[in-house]
Amino acid sequence: MSNVNRREANPNNGDWAVEARGLVKTFGDNRAVDGVNLNVRAGTIYGVLGPNGAGKTTTIRMLATLLRPDAGSARIFGHDVVKESQIVRQLIGVTGQYASVDESLSATENLVIFSRLLGLGRAEARRKAADLLEEFSLTEAAKRPLKNFSGGMRRRLDLAASLIAQPPLIFLDEPTTGLDPRTRNQMWDTIRRLVKTGSTVLLTTQYLQEADELADRIAVIDHGRVVAEGTVNELKASVGTSSLQLSIQNPMDIQVARQTVEQVLKVQSTVSSEVGKITAPMADADRVTDLLIALRDAGIQLAELSVQKPTLDEVFLTITGHGVKEDASKASDESDKVREVIV
Amino acid sequence: MKSSYIKHVAERQLRNKTSFSQSVSNSLTMAYRGLLKIRRTPEQLFDVTLQPIIFTLMFTYIFGGAISGNVQNYLPVIIPGILVQTVITTSIVTGVQLREDMDKGVFDRFKSLPIARIAPLAGALLADTIRYTIAAVLTFTMGYIMGYRPDGGLGHVAIAALLVIVCSWAISWIFAFFGVIARTASSVQGISMIVLFPLTFLSNAFVPAETLPEWLQWFVKINPISHLVTAVRDLTNSGTVGWDLSLSLIGAAIIVAIFAPITVRAYMRRT
Ligand SMILES: Nc1ncnc2c1ncn2[C@@H]1O[C@H](COP(=O)(O)OP(=O)(O)OP(=O)(O)O)[C@@H](O)[C@H]1O
Ligand SMILES: [Mg+2]
Repeated sequence: MSNVNRREANPNNGDWAVEARGLVKTFGDNRAVDGVNLNVRAGTIYGVLGPNGAGKTTTIRMLATLLRPDAGSARIFGHDVVKESQIVRQLIGVTGQYASVDESLSATENLVIFSRLLGLGRAEARRKAADLLEEFSLTEAAKRPLKNFSGGMRRRLDLAASLIAQPPLIFLDEPTTGLDPRTRNQMWDTIRRLVKTGSTVLLTTQYLQEADELADRIAVIDHGRVVAEGTVNELKASVGTSSLQLSIQNPMDIQVARQTVEQVLKVQSTVSSEVGKITAPMADADRVTDLLIALRDAGIQLAELSVQKPTLDEVFLTITGHGVKEDASKASDESDKVREVIV
Repeated sequence: MKSSYIKHVAERQLRNKTSFSQSVSNSLTMAYRGLLKIRRTPEQLFDVTLQPIIFTLMFTYIFGGAISGNVQNYLPVIIPGILVQTVITTSIVTGVQLREDMDKGVFDRFKSLPIARIAPLAGALLADTIRYTIAAVLTFTMGYIMGYRPDGGLGHVAIAALLVIVCSWAISWIFAFFGVIARTASSVQGISMIVLFPLTFLSNAFVPAETLPEWLQWFVKINPISHLVTAVRDLTNSGTVGWDLSLSLIGAAIIVAIFAPITVRAYMRRT
């Protein structure tokens, strides 16, 4: 885990699309973003993974010059987001979490207006709009007002609008939330094609699977902090390819059970807040046989056992030592306490 | 993926400042957006179309006899008054719609584009002059139908309309300011009405100032709206240009000089 957390020390070459240091944003007394560091190499897809309220959107908004950071700094292709915001805006495309297109206008009108704002001529703007609509299969709906657009169409139009200026860096805030599986796959293809043409993509998601599919590197963020960072493989290794969940009948046996699990699987396990439930990462599902035999030898009776693909929840459980839904302030103290009592 | 071919950082000419000509061009595009929106949702023009019609009819027939003896004699008094009142009231919409617009997702996109920061604001204010024009034309048309034949002639009527439109545009900066700082659109409407109601009614728009009690006359006479109304009356009824016109334009300039910077500043801070 600790090796995942570590990042390369401040590289000084010019191919970083995003370099953020200690970004902080507070709303009232809520530290929505609490010292986020991010390095995104140009030409890659970078995933920011985290649950609701983790601070993903707030982070993106600061990087995209929509919000001014309370502390810390961020540079986009070497340009400071606060001091050189207008330059940064020339380098980015932003597709926010909620559609940022004009509801009362048609798809074409939206794209034409954005194109004109970006300095394209009248005819050029029309051509650009038509091209983009075709590319995102929206030509048929081009003249309809957006009110009648489905969620997927809106998302596509939103992305199309972000590509008018052919920006080298694109922010996508939860690009696939609320899309059906087919539309989601299309979106993934689009994102991959973007990167093939040389673009850099920073996307946020709540789904490990999505980050897995797309991202070269991932930052896991929780309560406004980056709790893990690394390549997909590094992260997976820390969580195990699958995760074992084990409940035992007699809560008194929990310590023995936990020791057995850790000995057989050679990993750290966690005891979740539910009494008698042990969670552990598992590199190899076959080991479950060994584990069952060992548990029987130790005379521990099982209530339930399951092996699952790691979910976002497990990533959190493993990386932070607390579950996704637990309270922010209590979480860290509690997990320490649990460790003290049990170990 | 031809159209989303990326233009790399090195190939770009990057500038951290927006030029004046870009600001103008961006504002015009935003104004064009405003016009498109009006075309898409013509129902939002209800107030500017109905108010001049209803007010002209109502006030003329209610007050005509009492104030000027008959309707015919009252028209030269009331039509300029109603013109000023309706067109200026229309400018409240600027603030209300600005607030609604700023709460929408599309504003995030405007903020993320390398455009002049002031463009969405300037564009909205510019597009709204179309409303003022509609209200002005309708008021004069209603007057004409009811028998108003301004002695100043069509040219002066047009100048008068232009004057009112310019002044309303200036005043709309005040409401734009409320629009930027307020939390909700309805509160913008509320605050704006409170400001505007006394200003328009405690003026010489509907009744000659001389008929009012002395303490009220004092206010009515310094009220900038009164000067605007007088300027319009001078123009339409006698084709003359007087001190009131200069005063109105100076007032408009002062309002813009005060409210444009603070509105822009508040707007920038919010965005
Ligand atoms: N404008 C705001 N005013 C006050 N609080 C805010 C504001 N924006 C975000 N927050 C708070 O900041 C925290 C982080 O929010 P943020 O939207 O960044 O999370 P997120 O990771 O994008 O979540 P989600 O997955 O739900 O989109 C939340 O607690 C949220 O309530
Ligand atoms: Mg979000």
